[in-house]
Amino acid sequence: MKLTINGEEKIIEKDTLTISTLLLAESVKMPEMVSVELNGEMVERDVFDTQEVKEGDALEFLYFMGGGQ
Amino acid sequence: MNLTEEQIERYSRHILLQDIGGPGQEKILNAKVLIIGAGGLGAPIALYLAAAGVGHIGIIDGDVVDLSNLQRQVIHFTPDLGKAKVESAKEKMQAINPDVKVTTYKDLIMASNARDMIKDYDFIVDGTDNFATKFLINDACVLEGKPYSHGGILRFDGQTFTHIPGEGCYRCIFDGPPPKDLIPTCSQAGVLGAIAGILGTIQAAEVLKFITGAGDLLTNRLMIFDAKKMKFREAKFKKRDNCPVCGVNPTVTELEDIEQAACDLKDA
Repeated sequence: MKLTINGEEKIIEKDTLTISTLLLAESVKMPEMVSVELNGEMVERDVFDTQEVKEGDALEFLYFMGGGQ
Repeated sequence: MNLTEEQIERYSRHILLQDIGGPGQEKILNAKVLIIGAGGLGAPIALYLAAAGVGHIGIIDGDVVDLSNLQRQVIHFTPDLGKAKVESAKEKMQAINPDVKVTTYKDLIMASNARDMIKDYDFIVDGTDNFATKFLINDACVLEGKPYSHGGILRFDGQTFTHIPGEGCYRCIFDGPPPKDLIPTCSQAGVLGAIAGILGTIQAAEVLKFITGAGDLLTNRLMIFDAKKMKFREAKFKKRDNCPVCGVNPTVTELEDIEQAACDLKDA
């Protein structure tokens, strides 16, 4: 299915996906450290395993960024 | 407060802006802003806020200027090596604009002093380099009902948002700090110097917008930029009922220190 992830269009060769399986398919390191926005709404971590992702969805994977000095 | 002839000239490019004008400039001259960190982000924030005429600027940093800082911390110059960062910063700020009162704190912000340090300021800016302090500032600002600007940078990327009391906070995006050493710091992973300037000037612009009421703040929106592609994106978020600090039944009701690695070469 075609998705937009962090502003880029991607084709994921899967028919069904949840947030958790998408993070895995995208080889996201330390998925427990990533927050996810789906179509403009933050997704609660406790539904990552059940929240389905569909054709045309737009996602943001939000990573910790801690620098400043 | 009446602007003097010299002030009218100094701030003429602000006064010309319809959203600021003379009354907006007077608000800037009466504002009190606290900058936490006189480093990569703090440098452009302090320079622009001083230039803009923010009447009282507090600046906190416990470090001295180190050679590895000079690649990005543009408020510090080579002759400042070894000098307290807050003193080096104050000199430049007052050289740009003697109108500005600068209060320096050569100190670390910690659970024990955070609420006291922020309570007299109108707006707080996070220019710190580690998650423990970023969460501490978030929690202190939520508990004290203070608006603040969050900023984080790494490699070629940056993130920022503006918290206003009653709106989404850092813990509405990320529950709590990552375990120590799990996420690389700038000293481990590096950072492009100019990234600090891009993000810090966005934060400075947010401060001036907050003070003057001009435009829409980065509230409930996390701005993310990727300087390799030179693209800006934003993720929408909102105040979460189950947020650990600003939610309905908060678990964070007082501040605590979390030990973490900082973004400094000598600590790596």
